[in-house]
Amino acid sequence: MPSTTINPTRMELTRLKGRLKTAQRGHKLLKDKRDELMKQFMDVVRENRALRKRVEEGLMRAHGSFTVAAALMSPEMLEQSLLYPKQSVELEMTFQNVMSVDVPQYRFHTSSQDPGEVYPYGFAQTSGELDDAVDAMSKVFQDMLRLAEVEKSSQLLAEEIEKTRRRVNALEYVKIPQMQESIKYITMKLDENERANTIRLMKVKDMILKEAIEERREETARAAQAWSDSGEAPEGV
Amino acid sequence: MYKIAVMGDMDSVLGFKALGLEVCPVSTPEEGHEALHRMAKENYAIIYMTEQLAAKLSSDIARYKDALTPAIILIPGKEGSLGIGMANVKTAVERAVGADIL
Repeated sequence: MPSTTINPTRMELTRLKGRLKTAQRGHKLLKDKRDELMKQFMDVVRENRALRKRVEEGLMRAHGSFTVAAALMSPEMLEQSLLYPKQSVELEMTFQNVMSVDVPQYRFHTSSQDPGEVYPYGFAQTSGELDDAVDAMSKVFQDMLRLAEVEKSSQLLAEEIEKTRRRVNALEYVKIPQMQESIKYITMKLDENERANTIRLMKVKDMILKEAIEERREETARAAQAWSDSGEAPEGV
Repeated sequence: MYKIAVMGDMDSVLGFKALGLEVCPVSTPEEGHEALHRMAKENYAIIYMTEQLAAKLSSDIARYKDALTPAIILIPGKEGSLGIGMANVKTAVERAVGADIL
């Protein structure tokens, strides 16, 4: 028995069958979507882990050199050295559609192409460790951008997968069984009505027949009575 | 044109200035909270944040997790990695798959 009250009518049955078909089709499509998203997500996440490891290691190296540089130079001097960067970075963002999820793609260009141009200071008054730190950072920067792209993608994909998975499960375990149950209920109810109708007709037919037979019998009895009253034996009796 | 910012304590982020990134030195979580929301409104596509700062701003970061921009990416600060970045990757997997399978 379905939890909600439904009208056991033929129209409702047709409607439900249509809905069931749509739900099953939607379920299949969503399942495919989930599987494909999952495939993409696994690739992205693997890359994410590897990149993160690399970036963290690279940055730790850069921080190490930077700390040494900070120890060797006065804080004012250090800040002054880095205050006006020669380099500037411009970022362009485009979107790539992965199974209806927009994931960002970054493209950046630096104002100067020469890798030696990243040092915004003269070498005379700064320590060599600062050069190392800046160098390490500029090397790891490429990976950092890629990390941003990949990590954001993985977050967005994870959200979409979660949503899709919920939908698939809701359809598979709640919606579709519920509709099947309702369809079964309506079919049974309609069959039951059909049988009840037949039986009623049979009963009515029986009753009518019985009445007719009774009437005939009475008629015959009356006729026989008339014959015997007239004193003549009826023919053929 | 989108911009890239780096947030964290002064010593951790100063080096990024040489690369031409925008640097936003933050010393207190309140300052970070304000700066983060201000930058999210402007067209910053990527915000790199030190894990030390991110640990104190986790609720603010969660707000932008499902938004397209900005992408908030955690990087280790000068004190080293706290493992939050890696934990986030793990969380994403758990969220998508329902279990940590890597």
